[in-house]
Amino acid sequence: MKKQTARTLRAFAIELAIYALLIVAYFFLVLHLLGEWLYGLEIHHRYTYAGLSILLIVGQAVLLESLTTFLIRLIRGRSE
Amino acid sequence: MFFPISGADISPIYLVIVGFVIGILGGFFGVGGSFIAGPALRLVGLDWNFAVGTDLAHIVGKSVVAAKRHRALGNVDLRLGLIMALGTIAGAEAGAQLIQMLKRAGNVNLVVSIVAIVVYLSISTFMLWESRKTLKSQKRQLPNVNGPVAKTDKSAFRPVTRAIQRLKIWPMVALPTSGVKAISLWIILLIAFVGGLFGGFLGGGGGYIRMPSMVYVLGIPTHLAVGTDLFEIVISASYGTFSHAVKGNVDILIALVMHTGAAIGAQIGAISTQYFAGPKIRLAFVPLPLIGAAIVIYTLFTGDKL
Repeated sequence: MKKQTARTLRAFAIELAIYALLIVAYFFLVLHLLGEWLYGLEIHHRYTYAGLSILLIVGQAVLLESLTTFLIRLIRGRSE
Repeated sequence: MFFPISGADISPIYLVIVGFVIGILGGFFGVGGSFIAGPALRLVGLDWNFAVGTDLAHIVGKSVVAAKRHRALGNVDLRLGLIMALGTIAGAEAGAQLIQMLKRAGNVNLVVSIVAIVVYLSISTFMLWESRKTLKSQKRQLPNVNGPVAKTDKSAFRPVTRAIQRLKIWPMVALPTSGVKAISLWIILLIAFVGGLFGGFLGGGGGYIRMPSMVYVLGIPTHLAVGTDLFEIVISASYGTFSHAVKGNVDILIALVMHTGAAIGAQIGAISTQYFAGPKIRLAFVPLPLIGAAIVIYTLFTGDKL
């Protein structure tokens, strides 16, 4: 039981480390590029901005859910 | 990191950590977590209108992740979620109108604060009593079992729930996924409407009222109530986000950063529900409305809005 818990925790730590690296890259690339454009959209085209906001957050949610599921499978699959 | 839409300068690490904590709570309890997110965003200087709108946008993303995970675990009743979304949206609009009426009367803060304290304390007290009573009676009947737990629930409030399910007010709806043979559509809509009303009136998504109501009034097993509430939140919070974004209250960049933490937290929370029986989840839920009540009492006495 203890061995299994240690294995799960190790897999989770590796997963968090990979996830953190990807997120840092995401901050610098995507948000930096999108920031000014979304700012302009928010001022001049409110309805487009509102619709796009929902699409962006749902899109990111689906993407990150797939990414974390993939990482969990990959890391746990290898550690077992 | 500078966020041009709201003009705020906030550390992304702080936002990720806040998102992560709220993600765990949301995935485990099926709540939006706005009672923590709102004050957490205010704490770093975000204006109140942006805190409310941005939090709603972040809730959409977090609920998509948690609802998807709950769906994979068989914890989402799609039919119930869609019906409830209608009632919640109508209730949220009514709650917002009520706030406008009180604003005109000039006593909005006092009335909302007192209602919030009474509601939060009542939910916590009732759930504490019910879950402890149920756990005590279960201890007498069942041996302790380790590992993932069954999704069917025992509840000390069951006789009242059965009486509500027996009310024949046409049209009746069957919810086979939740194990409910027939229940009046109007009761489901009423529960959703009341949840939405409190959400619109007190702020946030109203999950702290809807999740317990689904368990105690509709008789939905706790795991399914958590998953279905999250699915329903995706729809109602999307509506709220759109409405706030049009009014200029959403900084989507902040919501996207917060959500990177919430995505992983929501998965951890959702997976954890497998290892806890319904009454234990309900018992663990008890401190959440108390935190909400403490925040309201603080703002009432100090005049500060956290």
